[in-house]
Amino acid sequence: MFILIVGCGRVGSSVARTMLREGHDVSCLDEDPESHTRLEVGLDRGWEDMGGRFTVGTGLETDALVAAGIEGADAFIASTNGDNTNIVISQIAQRRYEVPTVIARILDPLRAEWYRQQGLHTVCPTRVAIDMLETAVREGAQRDGAKPGDSVEAA
Amino acid sequence: MYIIVVGAGKVGWNLARELLEKNHEVTVIESNRRRYLTVEQELEHNVVYGDASELWVLERAGIQRAELVIAVTGDDEDNMLICQVAREKYEVERIIARVNNPRNRPHFDLLGVKPSVSATDLILRLLEHEVPEYGLVHLLDLQEEQLEIIEMLLGKDSRVTGARVGDLAMPDGSLLISVLREGKGFVPGPDTVLQAGDEVLAVLDPGREDDLKELFGPPAGGNGAG
Repeated sequence: MFILIVGCGRVGSSVARTMLREGHDVSCLDEDPESHTRLEVGLDRGWEDMGGRFTVGTGLETDALVAAGIEGADAFIASTNGDNTNIVISQIAQRRYEVPTVIARILDPLRAEWYRQQGLHTVCPTRVAIDMLETAVREGAQRDGAKPGDSVEAA
Repeated sequence: MYIIVVGAGKVGWNLARELLEKNHEVTVIESNRRRYLTVEQELEHNVVYGDASELWVLERAGIQRAELVIAVTGDDEDNMLICQVAREKYEVERIIARVNNPRNRPHFDLLGVKPSVSATDLILRLLEHEVPEYGLVHLLDLQEEQLEIIEMLLGKDSRVTGARVGDLAMPDGSLLISVLREGKGFVPGPDTVLQAGDEVLAVLDPGREDDLKELFGPPAGGNGAG
């Protein structure tokens, strides 16, 4: 599978390395040339030596998307640090280039939910953190034998 | 009319001021705290602080009852998405989006964000208007209505110079609506004789430009200018 990842920060670069190791073709697009260094963290060979691709540019530039190979992409991951950028470029990938699998990282839970309802595959790290925290608090409370409303009665 | 303006930069601020003067109800949303405080001194309760990309900020500004949302921030992605959400989630009847980088305009169209306004494009249009070498100038494109209005300057070598308007073989789907001669405009009748130096305005269905260029331009073999 050919995967195009736009936004090569902590999340994007980590997903890129994993996918490359698993034998997929991976191309990364980032506006910061320095992010190439992050891609190679923990690799014993260079990114390109391992078959990866890297393009400098933004996901709003048609030329950059084409240079990064969007026309042949089987999957598109929008993982820049901007929610709005991710939402816009995933819609471009979906509507204009008809990439079969498009995934957008959206930090804002409300927007992630709405765009999910509109047919976009969204991943919301904030939502995941909220759910995990809530579960952890409930589990802690259960372990201590406390029930909801205890503190009110005590007062 | 209740209007939400997103972005209190020069464009948004002045727009809000003009709209308020025209007795519209206006709320401006600004996400930069310092900018908000500056603008708030003049616009007072008509400006709210927050990131209009967030749905709850839009809701707090009363987007459910807004009749028009104008997004004029300096960020094209923001303008696109605010308008997309306004139209598709909150069913706001009318939206207007500012395009900062004209190369992003296809993205606005792709997301169904229309109309969009680009200062760069407007200046380019004006330039076309001032530099008649371009031959045919688009004055107005009504994409939804499938109509456009264009202007052409008739050169000495135009094949219609000296012709009666009634004798012109205007292509189907086009209509000559006005002639500007020596700085004055008038509606031509069938007996109006076209002269070199006339600027003619025509309304047409999109895609008819080439037919008109051929009719009003110089005979085949001439250069396109004029």
